[in-house]
Amino acid sequence: MNVTQLSVFIENKPGHLQNVLKILGEKNINIVTLTIAETSDFGILRMIVNDPEGGVRALRESHVTCSTNDVLAVEIDDKPGSLYKAIDTFARRKLNIEYMYAFTEKRGDKAVMIFRFDDIDAAKKAMTEEGYSIVSKIDIMGA
Amino acid sequence: MFNKEYEAMPVDKLKKLQYERLKWSLTHAYNNNPFYKKKFDAAGFHPDKFKSLADMKHVPFLYKQDMRDNYPFGLFAVPMSKVVRVHSSSGTTGNATVVGYTKNDVGVFAEVVARSLAAYGATENDVVQVAYGYGLFTGGLGLHYGAEKLGAMTVPISGGNTERQLMLIKDFGTTIMACTPSYMLNIADYIEKKRPDYNMRATRLRAGVLGAEPWSENMRKEIESRLGIEAFDIYGLSEVIGPGVSTECSEKSGLHVFEDHFYVEIIDPETGEILPEGEKGEIVYTSLTKEAFPTIRYRSKDITRLYRDSCKCGRTLIKMEKVTGRSDDMMIIRGVNVFPSQIESVLMEIEGTEPHYQIILDRKAALDDIEVKVEVNEKLFSDEVKVLNDLSKRIGDRMRSALGISAKITLVEPMTIPRSEGKAVRVIDKRKI
Repeated sequence: MNVTQLSVFIENKPGHLQNVLKILGEKNINIVTLTIAETSDFGILRMIVNDPEGGVRALRESHVTCSTNDVLAVEIDDKPGSLYKAIDTFARRKLNIEYMYAFTEKRGDKAVMIFRFDDIDAAKKAMTEEGYSIVSKIDIMGA
Repeated sequence: MFNKEYEAMPVDKLKKLQYERLKWSLTHAYNNNPFYKKKFDAAGFHPDKFKSLADMKHVPFLYKQDMRDNYPFGLFAVPMSKVVRVHSSSGTTGNATVVGYTKNDVGVFAEVVARSLAAYGATENDVVQVAYGYGLFTGGLGLHYGAEKLGAMTVPISGGNTERQLMLIKDFGTTIMACTPSYMLNIADYIEKKRPDYNMRATRLRAGVLGAEPWSENMRKEIESRLGIEAFDIYGLSEVIGPGVSTECSEKSGLHVFEDHFYVEIIDPETGEILPEGEKGEIVYTSLTKEAFPTIRYRSKDITRLYRDSCKCGRTLIKMEKVTGRSDDMMIIRGVNVFPSQIESVLMEIEGTEPHYQIILDRKAALDDIEVKVEVNEKLFSDEVKVLNDLSKRIGDRMRSALGISAKITLVEPMTIPRSEGKAVRVIDKRKI
């Protein structure tokens, strides 16, 4: 099982991000981590939330364009050099990362990297072979 | 055919009828309306001089501005006691135009709409849901009276309230929806977003009678495939009578003009010269039978062409091409003539794009600048920036190759472009300000 990411289209204008957050907040959707990719006109808000399906429902009701897709969540040690090591695996196997972001777990010694790949299965296989633990349920951790 | 005698009349007989009726209409306007008399006199034209259809070129044009100048009733040609109904454009003070109808005029209006409905195969067994706005706009009452005249069960629901529209389609067994094409698409959107459980194909709805705004063949395809219905064009303008000036038939190739009530010409919008049959230009209307509000050589600004073919439906009436633009909608962008409908066609070609767009024209550093805003729906959306940038690029490239213009494509959020239950605002021209 992969982690489901919720992505939202927002115009790069004051108040637009706020509107999305308001909708999610009102429906009790908790955001574990997020990242925004921005262009001059628009941005894409990508989030890991405790209830992606509920998020999609709430946003659609308010005519907000959104989608969900699978991302790879990998647990790494929260210490210098560990991200380098993880990425090295992908580089050696020529797996291209579309984008990535991270959060640290509450208990403190681990971080979770969220990776977006075109070929998520190949990336998953690579990480498993290198002994990384793949996170499949974010909600029990950060939420 | 609702009225075979007139709809399938041999062309030479029809032309003779048109001449006789034109003579009456010109004389009626001249004798009973001071504005027309003054206008004809100033142009050196007198109805007595009208000897054949070729003399139409001597008759002066009627412009929208003339109607505004004569607000509200200055163009009526009967005593007010004979006027039984008025319709008006939505313009504000100084902008509004008012048209009037006698009892006979209301009858003609109902007749041409009934003929239109019959042309799509409608009969008294049909249930027609009229989702055009009822009121001063001619769409609602026009379709209403026409559907009643045909003998169909008429559902006067008026525009808006999509949830209720869907309920009645299902509960009343509606077979024909009459509304604007953009509202029909709106309904498809609504079902997709809010009522995925609603299956239009499981209802009895089989056709849409769509008009009141220009729409493209691509839009027809989209409406037909998304809703599983046939989409027909009904055309009209309140200045002439309302919807029912011309209509598509089951062949869906061109609109038959009801020539026994309306005389049509195509002119060059720049020079006013009459163009030969088959050439594209501005269509000009003259009413042949209207009493309250004679319309003599009205400059519609609609761009189309006229032609006669032997239509399989059996009508001998002249055909006009689907109106795809208006001479005043025509944008001249860096010297290139562009109609909003052409931009719509490009958008429709890009997979998944619905025509919710807006064109914004501006002038920057003395150069025309065109921006096309396109709403990003879920079919177009991606979590990857490169995919969305590629989408903008593809639209921009296609516009450059198809229309010869370089536009800035801006992706915007859904429902941010004003979309109407009536007419859509497609172009904002800031250059005039």
